[in-house]
Amino acid sequence: MSFEPRIIGILCNWCSYTGADLAGTSRMKYAPNVRIVRVMCSGRVDPTFVLKAFQQGADGVLIGGCHPGDCHYSTGNYKTARRIPLLKKMLDQLGIEDGRVRLEWVSASEGDRFQALANEMTEQVRALGPFRPAAPSKPAAMEVAALAAG
Amino acid sequence: MEDNNGKGKTRERIGVYVCHCGSNIAGVVDCPAVAEYARSLPDVVLARDYKYMCSDPGQTLIKDDIKEHGLTRVVVASCSPRMHEPTFRRACEQAGLNAYLFEMANIREHCSWVTDDKAKATEKAKALVSAAVRRVVWQQPLQTREVPVTPAAMVIGGGVAGIQAALEIADAGFKVYMVERDPSIGGHMAQLDKTFPTLDCSACILTPKMVSVSQHPNIELLAYSEVVDVQGYVGNFKVKVKKKARYVDEEKCRGCGICEEKCPGRVPSEFEEGLGKRKAIYRPFPQAVPNIPVLDRDNCLYFQRGRCRVCERFCDSNAIDYEQEDRFVDLDVGAIVLATGYDLFDASADMRYGYRRLDNVISALEFERMCNASGPTAGRILMANGKEPKSVAIIHCVGSRDTNYHQYCSRVCCMYSMKFAHLVKDRVGHDTKVFEFYTDLRAFGKGYEEFYNRVQEEGVTFVRGRPAEVTDVPETIDEVGKLIVQAENTLVSRQVRIPVDMVVLSGGLEPRSDTAEVARMFNISRSQDGFFLERHPKLDPVASMTDGVFVAGCCQGPKDIPDTVAQAAAAAVRAVGLMNKGKIQVEAATSMVQAELCSGCRVCNKLCPYSAITFDEEKKVSVINDAVCKGCGVVAAACPSDAIVSRHFTDAQILAEIEGVLV
Amino acid sequence: MKYIYYPGCSLESTGISYDRSTRAVCRVLGLEMEDLEDWNCCGSTAYFAIDELLSLCFSGRNLALAEGQGGDLVAPCSACYTVLHKTNRYLKDYPDVRAKVGTALAAGGLSYHGGTKVRHLAEVILNDVGLEAIASRVQRNLHGLKVATYYGCQLVRPDVGFDHPEFPQSLGTLVEALGGEAVKFPLMSRCCGGGLIMSEEQIALGLLNKLLRSATDNGAQVMIAACPLCHLNLDAYQGKVNRKFGAQYNLPVLYFTQLIGLALGIDPQALGLDKNIIPATELLAAYV
Repeated sequence: MSFEPRIIGILCNWCSYTGADLAGTSRMKYAPNVRIVRVMCSGRVDPTFVLKAFQQGADGVLIGGCHPGDCHYSTGNYKTARRIPLLKKMLDQLGIEDGRVRLEWVSASEGDRFQALANEMTEQVRALGPFRPAAPSKPAAMEVAALAAG
Repeated sequence: MEDNNGKGKTRERIGVYVCHCGSNIAGVVDCPAVAEYARSLPDVVLARDYKYMCSDPGQTLIKDDIKEHGLTRVVVASCSPRMHEPTFRRACEQAGLNAYLFEMANIREHCSWVTDDKAKATEKAKALVSAAVRRVVWQQPLQTREVPVTPAAMVIGGGVAGIQAALEIADAGFKVYMVERDPSIGGHMAQLDKTFPTLDCSACILTPKMVSVSQHPNIELLAYSEVVDVQGYVGNFKVKVKKKARYVDEEKCRGCGICEEKCPGRVPSEFEEGLGKRKAIYRPFPQAVPNIPVLDRDNCLYFQRGRCRVCERFCDSNAIDYEQEDRFVDLDVGAIVLATGYDLFDASADMRYGYRRLDNVISALEFERMCNASGPTAGRILMANGKEPKSVAIIHCVGSRDTNYHQYCSRVCCMYSMKFAHLVKDRVGHDTKVFEFYTDLRAFGKGYEEFYNRVQEEGVTFVRGRPAEVTDVPETIDEVGKLIVQAENTLVSRQVRIPVDMVVLSGGLEPRSDTAEVARMFNISRSQDGFFLERHPKLDPVASMTDGVFVAGCCQGPKDIPDTVAQAAAAAVRAVGLMNKGKIQVEAATSMVQAELCSGCRVCNKLCPYSAITFDEEKKVSVINDAVCKGCGVVAAACPSDAIVSRHFTDAQILAEIEGVLV
Repeated sequence: MKYIYYPGCSLESTGISYDRSTRAVCRVLGLEMEDLEDWNCCGSTAYFAIDELLSLCFSGRNLALAEGQGGDLVAPCSACYTVLHKTNRYLKDYPDVRAKVGTALAAGGLSYHGGTKVRHLAEVILNDVGLEAIASRVQRNLHGLKVATYYGCQLVRPDVGFDHPEFPQSLGTLVEALGGEAVKFPLMSRCCGGGLIMSEEQIALGLLNKLLRSATDNGAQVMIAACPLCHLNLDAYQGKVNRKFGAQYNLPVLYFTQLIGLALGIDPQALGLDKNIIPATELLAAYV
């Protein structure tokens, strides 16, 4: 059987979650691999959520927020836009490939965009193969693992 | 792998309900299997699947179970929480269970509707239910807060939509602030000559309503004003409005018009679409409301060259005030109706049709003004040389139904184009040749099809085909000095070249050029076509995604006058309903600082976009003001001490959900 | 910056003056043109209609050679430009086409990785050299010369972002930079008849008549073209058009490079002006 990646989509309530709803309402089919967790704002996404997802066996994490300038909370997505690149640097140190985490902007009217992203992300992670945590050899990794467990 | 449940928590009694939604879910997801699976999850005491959970019996099922089985948590797996979360929360509350002890799994929009593979859909639904079950254990009862609603509304935009909404709200007994950007209310409808299909005189039916606005005791009209800032939330908006300097004292001016008469400056009139002139101090049109002129600084001799002051000299009321400055007023309102209208597609963008390049190619609004008895040609349809055309071509769908510009149908162009055809026959004479170049004819409204038949009987030629170009390059003697419309008549698959004297471009309706900024200011979304996004395309076409902000008229999408008026009245009723209640429940899911964990680092203080966080100098901890917090949770993610709890979206809840979805 | 010059078949025969003037003008403007080594036919528009895949292979070979040589591939012929550009896009967008053409190239020991940028000479001169630089090198101002700027259907279509596909302006601004006057010419991007001049001559003559009439009605003294086939049709068939339509056209048709060359002070002989069928010598005497 081919590898079916497990992908967590953490989406903001106002734009990307609604965009995903629209994909559904419009009956746009996409890979069932993406499973969605709702937060009010992408700015709520604590980096530990992403680490937790990997710890629990996710193969990829897709974070969705409103397009720049369109945040329901005016600037929450800007904070996300700063945090996720930092997180990615850390993930790199942990040996987690860059392609496993994506931050994307999806508006409430972009059902088609969500559909495309879900498919793209699934294929991208499928190509990377199942997530196998590298042995935490670096001190940073230890710290992060401790954080995630707490 | 640790199990969140069981870390010193008392066991919960969870009820899980899997909705079939007819065949919407059950057609793809094996609902009984999902319920069966739910029963195996920790703390789940019962799981049922049912045809329609949102139905009365469905809700009763939950209520009865809460009572009979002593449920302490409820999970419904059905549609999006954006759809029915309030429904089920209410059901729980009615059975005595706090609304926040309810959780929803979205197995329709995010599962059955996006997957055809039944096995995979069922597997996904199970995962989503597992996530909800794990999450709900960690949910805590919250008390919703009740806040008063300011009994006043703001209507933004003074076209027919705004006018209708304002009058409805004011008639219901509430204060209305109407903000209009232009010097006068009336909007595009004031520019129109006749309205289809009844051929009512547009001004005759609109101006009485405009006067009512100005005279209504409950309406405060802020014309020549713009909203510059919006703060607050449903029931309690704080709006800052800029009243642009008119250089005319509104209190003193009696609207006699002498200033306008004497002013030496003449510039193209915006209201007349540039076909006529206005003065530098002017009212856009004679029936303007308010009946007070505006001095256009950029074209005023005094402002530009330092001398003139003719208007001041002639004004008996001493109303001219060159020193006037923009003023800002702060207004408290409970509800907002956005009725900001549309822009007509600028046909010069589609260069093939020669607008602004070739003489006698005119836009729809230019044609409207030409037909109007008080317009620049006193109601005569004239070419650039002052003569009446002997033949006119009307091109539909300019900028609409065209992937280069707007994909959507603008809904009004077919009908107004046929109205134009009628007006040409009526004004210039029945021997005038009129050609309608259409893509499809859409005569969908009451009396519209009948009007279409009438126009056909008047001898108008309908050519089904979108013209390739309008050119002044003749190929035959007959074409010399004419505008030639080249098109394929798709009904007979033949190219036609039709020489005419005048071409009217029936431009589509597009979002106002500043729609993006307005949407941002009012915190609402736009749909892909650029218009404001309604909360639900079918069931809530008058509300926006933001509570307390309603939309009416063409700012939400192209529509004709009857639809605009209906939507405006509906938006007004929603605003009135909100204000009538006097109080409103607001979201309890705000954030809080656990003082004992706060290190006083103040990282959160600057992150909050609403300035809801202050620093308690005495206790050296940060404090969140519940009334101002909107619960975005941005600071919860940032707090280095994990001292901030984002209620209903706590770390424990989200982590449990992630864990659950991955089982 | 180095450019790879792809003359195409016409520029070695009927369009020899286009080739000469291009080389001369590029030298003066400092455009370093290196000939594409071992180039072959572009696959031509006519061939495209008969065997699309073969035509794509022809073009693909040129693209692959250019990729090896390194540099933007510059075609002076609008038809070559269109075919090369189209092939490039097909190879990028359609994996099956890429696979088939790839097999053919491999048989010849070549491979293509999509690294060649295809450009039209007019676009290179206008964008990379720029109007200011051209104007600053003008030796003989073309003041008073009324020019109809003819783009034809392939230079700006489909919309490649170089100029407006229906109402292009760039050649007009070029004429003005040289001191001349670009007359109104509404049919500037209409078809010249193209290859129909061989198979459906009557239709092609009708199209040419429209172009010539529109240009002369608007007072053009000379027309410029940016394609050897357009040029050939407009220049060589004026006599036939005159006979068929009872007209008296005598409108010199120049390559835009010839016009630039004149203004830059290059010897008319070196620009191949003597090769034109409708002689331009008398009209242009004032500028030589």
